[in-house]
Amino acid sequence: MADDRFTSATAAGLGRLIASGEVSAEESLNAWLEAASGDSLNAYLWKADPESAVAGVDRTAVGPLAGVPVAVKDIFCTEGVPTTAASRILEGYRPPYTATAVSRMAAAGTPMLGKTNMDEFAMGSSNENSAYGAVLNPWDTGTVPGGSSGGSAAAVAGGLAPWALGTDTGGSIRQPAALCGIVGLKPTYGAISRYGMIAFASSLDQCGPLTLDVTDAAVMLGALEGRDLMDSTSVGIEGGVTAPTAERLDGLVFGVPTELIGEGVEPGVKEVFDRSIEQIESLGGRIEEIKLPHAQHGISAYYVLAPAEASTNLSRYDGVRYGLREDGNDLVSMYEETRGTGFGPEVKRRIMLGTYALSSGYYDAYYGRAQRVRTMIVRDFDAAFAGVDFVLTPTSPSVAFGLGEKTEDPWTMYLNDLFTVPMSLAGIPAISIPGGLAEPAGGGNALPVGIQIAAPAFGEQKLVEAAFALETAIGFDGSPARSGSE
Amino acid sequence: MIEREQVLHVARLSRLKLEESEVEAMQADLSSILDHFDRLSEIDIEGIEPTSHVIPLENVLRDDVPRPSLDREVSLGQAPDQADGAFRVPSPQAEA
Repeated sequence: MADDRFTSATAAGLGRLIASGEVSAEESLNAWLEAASGDSLNAYLWKADPESAVAGVDRTAVGPLAGVPVAVKDIFCTEGVPTTAASRILEGYRPPYTATAVSRMAAAGTPMLGKTNMDEFAMGSSNENSAYGAVLNPWDTGTVPGGSSGGSAAAVAGGLAPWALGTDTGGSIRQPAALCGIVGLKPTYGAISRYGMIAFASSLDQCGPLTLDVTDAAVMLGALEGRDLMDSTSVGIEGGVTAPTAERLDGLVFGVPTELIGEGVEPGVKEVFDRSIEQIESLGGRIEEIKLPHAQHGISAYYVLAPAEASTNLSRYDGVRYGLREDGNDLVSMYEETRGTGFGPEVKRRIMLGTYALSSGYYDAYYGRAQRVRTMIVRDFDAAFAGVDFVLTPTSPSVAFGLGEKTEDPWTMYLNDLFTVPMSLAGIPAISIPGGLAEPAGGGNALPVGIQIAAPAFGEQKLVEAAFALETAIGFDGSPARSGSE
Repeated sequence: MIEREQVLHVARLSRLKLEESEVEAMQADLSSILDHFDRLSEIDIEGIEPTSHVIPLENVLRDDVPRPSLDREVSLGQAPDQADGAFRVPSPQAEA
């Protein structure tokens, strides 16, 4: 059992212990490496040793992150360290450079504990699409942790990492955070550089923190955000982001898209959501019903656009420059054999779907139309934010579901993203915080429910302030999850 | 229902070899997903501009300063096959 002086604190709490000299960064790293080595959740695909954990890390750095190790989703390129995006096609690949997000953590003095499991190329909502096996949810190992950043979420919830980096294209930070009872923040598109992040759908991909609480998320985001010359779509967040202090929500208006939160939401999830509404009101916040008339079409638009972008992004895996190669009689058959062998079923499905949607004769009907529906969703949010400060929904329609329960029909799995996809399409920031526990619709252990709060573009500071006030009022006790590593 | 021939055509465009069992599953899955997409055709998009990027950015420029790039050896280091400082691939022409 790892020394719990280190592993029971939040990341920011541990940072304070290190900064005050109460514990050393080395002791902290060793305790966390030991905790990670006990991974029984399949959360890690690669684990660092004391030497590789600090490669490239500025060990003279001082500040809130210095010495607090981080788990990194295996979608981030890390120089010399295996990076697979949980795909067979990248087995054995060791990138020649490091992603900006990881470099920024290293520059802040943060060692890397390891690379976390995920759905292959971030395509999935349960982590069951990993070529290296499913990740288990520490709350109930018969259930999924969510996806695609399932390894990152399970590692933090299961006490295998103080915090983790993830990526979110249509909900891949927020949904696993919700299902694992932790905090997940998807920043505004452009807040953080995407350089070195293996591309899935470039107009939607954004990285962000998975943490134990809102303060940790704000602290990590503060280190990550910023313009990067290596990513021309990165702009940073003006004024940066700092740890929140708000205690009240007086004068703030939360819009609830009642129509969207209709059928398909588990009663237990609805109950926890309704309770969070009461808590917001008790803090002085006001609830207003809003309409996002086109948000219900978000899933359809997203599952046209994201696969379309993926089909072009993933054309680079051709067995020529890196990764897997399978023999073929000629160049094209080498490509086909390599890609046919290297990609898993969901990735193939999305490449096919995207290629179809972009192919001659179908482009206008699918891709062109989905892009216009995206515009309408953007406008829905613009209209809503003219009257409210935030949009409030459950993060996911259900609590963590059983392994294998939703793998039969792709669309059933896609519906998990109902509440997270609209924000991704609009590019706005959204955070998921634990609202409480609820029994699954079919009975069983009570499991965490996530509450999603979304804000206008680059409204991150306001967002974490509100989330912090609500989090304090909810007083969620995440301790059952933290013993999951034993 | 999407035709079997269409599945094979898209697989060729995608440079994906599919096993026979995969072709059938793909035909069923794509058909069912495309049925769901049909709801998009009910929306009136008349006069609506497409969105491809959500953040208002234009002409993002930086100074044109030369910087070192990856060494040739590093770039070739991960290649499944290489020769004479280049990536080596099978011939584009099928062997007779």
